[in-house]
Amino acid sequence: MTKTDNKALFRDTGAEEGPRAPRESRLREFWRLLRRNRLAFSGLAIFVFFFFVAFSGLVLTSGTRPVFDPAIVRLQEKLRPPLSEPNLANLLPKEIPTLGVYLFGTDDLGRDVFARMLQGAWVSLTVGFVAVGIAVLIGIGMGGISGYFGRNPVRVDHILLAFIVSLGGGLLIGGAFFAGGVLLLIGSTYILFSLWRKKWSGKQSAQKLLRLLHKDTISIDTLIMRIVDIMLCFPVFFLILTVVALLPASMYNIMIVIGLTSWMGTTRFVRAELLSLREQDFVTAAKALGVSDWRIIFRHMIPNAMAPVLVSATIGIASAILIEAGLSFLGFGVPPPHATWGNILSDGKRFIFDAPWLTFIPGFAILIVVLAFNLFGEGLRDILNPKLRERY
Amino acid sequence: MNEKSLAMKQINPAHTAMLKVEGLKKYFPVRKGFLQGVIGWIKAVDSVAFEIYQGKTLGLVGESGCGKSTIGRLILKLLEPDEGRIIYQGQDISGLSEEKIKPLRKEMQIIFQDPYGSLNPRMTAGQSIEEGLRTVGVKGRSERKAQVAHLLEMVRIGADAAGLYPHQFSGGQRQRIGIARALSVNPSLIICDEPVSALDVSIQSQIINLLKELQNTLGVSYLFISHDLNVVGYLSDTVAVMYLGHIMEYAPAEALYDKPLHPYTLALLSAIPAPEPDDRHQLPALVGDVPSPFNPPPGCKFQGRCPLVEDRCRKGEIKIYQVGDGHTVRCWKVVGK
Ligand SMILES: Nc1ncnc2c1ncn2[C@@H]1O[C@H](COP(=O)(O)OP(=O)(O)OP(=O)(O)O)[C@@H](O)[C@H]1O
Ligand code: SF4
Ligand SMILES: [Mg+2]
Repeated sequence: MTKTDNKALFRDTGAEEGPRAPRESRLREFWRLLRRNRLAFSGLAIFVFFFFVAFSGLVLTSGTRPVFDPAIVRLQEKLRPPLSEPNLANLLPKEIPTLGVYLFGTDDLGRDVFARMLQGAWVSLTVGFVAVGIAVLIGIGMGGISGYFGRNPVRVDHILLAFIVSLGGGLLIGGAFFAGGVLLLIGSTYILFSLWRKKWSGKQSAQKLLRLLHKDTISIDTLIMRIVDIMLCFPVFFLILTVVALLPASMYNIMIVIGLTSWMGTTRFVRAELLSLREQDFVTAAKALGVSDWRIIFRHMIPNAMAPVLVSATIGIASAILIEAGLSFLGFGVPPPHATWGNILSDGKRFIFDAPWLTFIPGFAILIVVLAFNLFGEGLRDILNPKLRERY
Repeated sequence: MNEKSLAMKQINPAHTAMLKVEGLKKYFPVRKGFLQGVIGWIKAVDSVAFEIYQGKTLGLVGESGCGKSTIGRLILKLLEPDEGRIIYQGQDISGLSEEKIKPLRKEMQIIFQDPYGSLNPRMTAGQSIEEGLRTVGVKGRSERKAQVAHLLEMVRIGADAAGLYPHQFSGGQRQRIGIARALSVNPSLIICDEPVSALDVSIQSQIINLLKELQNTLGVSYLFISHDLNVVGYLSDTVAVMYLGHIMEYAPAEALYDKPLHPYTLALLSAIPAPEPDDRHQLPALVGDVPSPFNPPPGCKFQGRCPLVEDRCRKGEIKIYQVGDGHTVRCWKVVGK
């Protein structure tokens, strides 16, 4: 065979490739698969309903003259069962419930449980979303570094620097302004010095010290994954309890603490996803084009790694809501005058035989919402995973 | 290469190789156990040398796992070679730091085998191509849009495709978009890593013709990787036949197809259904699989499957023998000494 023989094989037949296949868009396909998955779809429906309730709860129960006032105490009307009519003769005009009926009954102080549930819904929603938001941001950051830059080693000076800066920051927050300031100054001087040093070779003795400082220890990936392992060793709920007991009780502290203790799952997902994405051809192509590392991470890798993050975030919201309810139940949650589902439940447990609705209504609400988020998250996982698609 | 062009090469400095690779080596460690100790090496690329000229194509053929893609990634500086030099336009780029290599990045681009993995599923065709324009500093949205349209026309897709996502295209069309993306930075060398292996035969010919046409109009060089000697023969000016990290035979395409010498090349050629029976291919087709490149025995890498194997093949490293004008073979039997 000679080279010219092959030409016949590669004569352009002139036949054009078929027209571009106008397949259904991703969003529409997603919607179709979601509707076919009954449980996930009902999860989403409850999720949307809960969202709506929580928002209206915020609007209707706040302000100086709220539509539903969760704080009005009517001692003469305490422990009324759900759907009971108020005794109008005993009440001042502003104490009459807006609906003209105690939809969910009243508690031991005669407060309208319906109004309190509405107020609590907003707490659950914000705690769930903000805590998970914090966790996901940390998780993407840590997992991103671990998965993309993971092979780079951590040098001795990195560890020293991190130690000095965090100690300095800690002292500064703790009130030791002078010591903290000095440490931070040392840290930032070193950073400036190492930026400038790139062009400077230095004397022999300095070189020796630098070589010691630049000694590689473990890889970034190993460091981050060991931190994750250590964090996972703590029973999260007790860790949170300890921290919350030390901090002043407020909704923000709770959100931050839950967020800071639940980023490990996301970190692992993002890392695993990036490790496989970095071997993909389109990432190689981007590197060959000279696209910057940050752009590769945020434009090419993270968007393609979002599916499992979304799933774990959805399920994470459920567990954050549950943790918040647990904390409120134990009295470590949002401080008392403000209603949360957890503290309604906690207050109601003393009257579980006389007024079971005080425990069952918030308990049932927590159950439904947590279940809905879990179902939706699981469904999302199936839908976003092409390998599992055929099952539906 | 005929007498005349050889003479020209000697007097005309423009004929020095655009890319020259010498003694290129890449061993991957194989780790095992709790402490991840190195238990051996995969000699993915072993003392490889070749040259690529302006506007020409070097074909790189070999079975799966013989190190073809690794060579591509070494040239692109996505991997660091263990040994050897990569000389681009007279400059050794093998040791350059990431910062120094940045301005050279756009000179060499790559297109891939898998049309499904080579485009970011969350970016439109236009956005993918724009990435390259951005890195070479094309300012202004409308200017980039215009260039994207031009590039898409160049690969025969039509400018209206810029707004569509990869899953809305067929395999061949995605391959064209990948080519457009590579062309967006105006490279002088494109590494084509089995660009047609995943396509239907009729579409293969379209992509190959497109590549050929682009070479004629733009003067771009190719390193064309394939496991199909047929495809390589059609496109290449020079062909390198690889086996387990070694280049076994390196020759101008005409010479390689007219007068193949290495037993491995002969075996590969006999596997191609020839238009007419050819008495030269007396060797049986290859039997068995490619052995693992992990800790190969000393001597010729092809010894396990070579029909002509003798004791001497198992002893020392087999040298490279010059057998013709630009034609080298890594087999002592061919030259009979
Ligand atoms: N990053 C890596 N780490 C370890 N081994 C690797 C790595 N990359 C490639 N290898 C090994 O090196 C050898 C050559 O791989 P390479 O991808 O270059 O082969 P190839 O010729 O392109 O094969 P194919 O035709 O299947 O694409 C293989 O045995 C592979 O397992
Ligand atoms: S050196 Fe020996 S084993 Fe290797 S190709 Fe030549 S004859 Fe075959
Ligand atoms: Mg390959």
